[in-house]
Amino acid sequence: MPVTTLAGHQIHVDAEGFLTDPAEWDEDLARVLAEQIGLTLTDEHMAAVRFLRADFATQGETATLRRISTVGGIPIKQLFALFPQKPAKKIAYVAGLPKPHGCV
Amino acid sequence: MQKRLLVLGAGTAGTMIANKLRRRLDVGTWDITIVDRDDVHPYQPGYLFLPFGTYSPKQVTRSRHRFLPDHVDFVIGEVDVIDPAASKVTLVGGRELPYDYLVIASGTSPRPDQTPGMLGAEWRRSIFDFFTLDGSMALAEALRHFDHGRLVVHIADMPIKCPVAPLEFTFLADAWLRKQGLRDRVELVYVTPLPGAFTKPIASERLGSMLDDRKIVVEADFLVEHIDPETKTLVSYDEREIPFDLLVTIPINMGADFVARSGLGDELNYVAVDKHTLLSKVWPNIFAVGDASDIPASKAGSVAHFAVDIFVDNFLEHVAGKPMTGSFDGHANCFIESGDGKGLLIDFNYDTEPLPGSYPVPYIGPMKLLKETRANHLGKLAFRWIYWNILLPGRRMPVPTLMSMAGKTVPTTTSSTPSPTD
Repeated sequence: MPVTTLAGHQIHVDAEGFLTDPAEWDEDLARVLAEQIGLTLTDEHMAAVRFLRADFATQGETATLRRISTVGGIPIKQLFALFPQKPAKKIAYVAGLPKPHGCV
Repeated sequence: MQKRLLVLGAGTAGTMIANKLRRRLDVGTWDITIVDRDDVHPYQPGYLFLPFGTYSPKQVTRSRHRFLPDHVDFVIGEVDVIDPAASKVTLVGGRELPYDYLVIASGTSPRPDQTPGMLGAEWRRSIFDFFTLDGSMALAEALRHFDHGRLVVHIADMPIKCPVAPLEFTFLADAWLRKQGLRDRVELVYVTPLPGAFTKPIASERLGSMLDDRKIVVEADFLVEHIDPETKTLVSYDEREIPFDLLVTIPINMGADFVARSGLGDELNYVAVDKHTLLSKVWPNIFAVGDASDIPASKAGSVAHFAVDIFVDNFLEHVAGKPMTGSFDGHANCFIESGDGKGLLIDFNYDTEPLPGSYPVPYIGPMKLLKETRANHLGKLAFRWIYWNILLPGRRMPVPTLMSMAGKTVPTTTSSTPSPTD
């Protein structure tokens, strides 16, 4: 696994830049990751990211958009507005989690 | 006292399990009961060919009981609810079926009701599904009258039953339109929520270039929010619009509603299981096999087949109080029809994506992986006979259960460095 340093955070990432160890993540790093893909995080972004983290901790899988919407209560339309074009992938990236398997 | 194994669903997984376990569980000690809502077993891969008149409905259905062995009790009924704490299943109408071990094999179904506008005035007029017998037959009729316009093939969301089927439909539609002399008058569009033609990169690239060669336009990353039946338009969550004259859609697929009613399902009604043993993450006497589970593999009869091989030995260990030693690897192989009497074959599992090579014998084949050949097409056609006569009765298939790397080639060149926003 390649090791990279992002704004002072040393992290392990896969070929696409997704964190391979969710434990290396914190909310400060989330902001740095978001900048990498051109996003500035707001509270609304963080609500989705925090849901994904909490859900991953219990399920062991990255939630799909449908799950974020039905279980996390954030409408899919809003997810597309917050994380344009590829919300499932982008939220997972910012949350330091693997891609959801729907898009593997 | 007799032990009771109850299987919900007499499709591919349930029928194979009933056959294989009946041979391995002593009739004097074990009762096996299998429940389904009707007595019609469809050969679902055949639905693909019905719209083009290659198969007739008679060739793709048989009665379920015909494939079940003696000493298996076949109950026709609709499951109302599972009470896992009391180890019993209640059918609609009130009949109760207690069990010691339960296998949920109730599959997955297209749910056009989940996308607003899909079941409106245009359903089965200009909007069709083909993963049901009715839908496929209605589409056959519609294609007979379709001679120009925009034909859109669409996937609502993943996961879907047989993820390669919409691609195959598109290839077959292209070939069929050419044969009718109509291809120049029809615009073919392939709309997918995925970033490309398929879920895995190497196959996606190969299949993507086959779509390009056929002048089929791909609209990627398109997640439908609703369909406007008035203007005949697909509208995505990010407000892109795709008009159609004829829409062939794969609706959202979901597991059985009784799974949700029983508190056993995730947001798509799939049962959470360990992906290597298929044992429920919550209940030590409930398994889910085939499309009904939440394992991250293709929802396909092929996965059910390989999973059942592992499951049967594991089940015998489990009921004997021993640890389960078999580990399912997510193995699947699928023929992909590409039109004009040719097809591809892919072979993959949880960890290894579809790669080029030969199958099942390394370097010899006769099937070629990820390559269009006539042998692959003939393999697909022959599989219908194999399904009815070898697979469902639980006879041994001459192919390995776990995926093998022998005969596969890993391409050395990788395209440009991917990024999380690709």
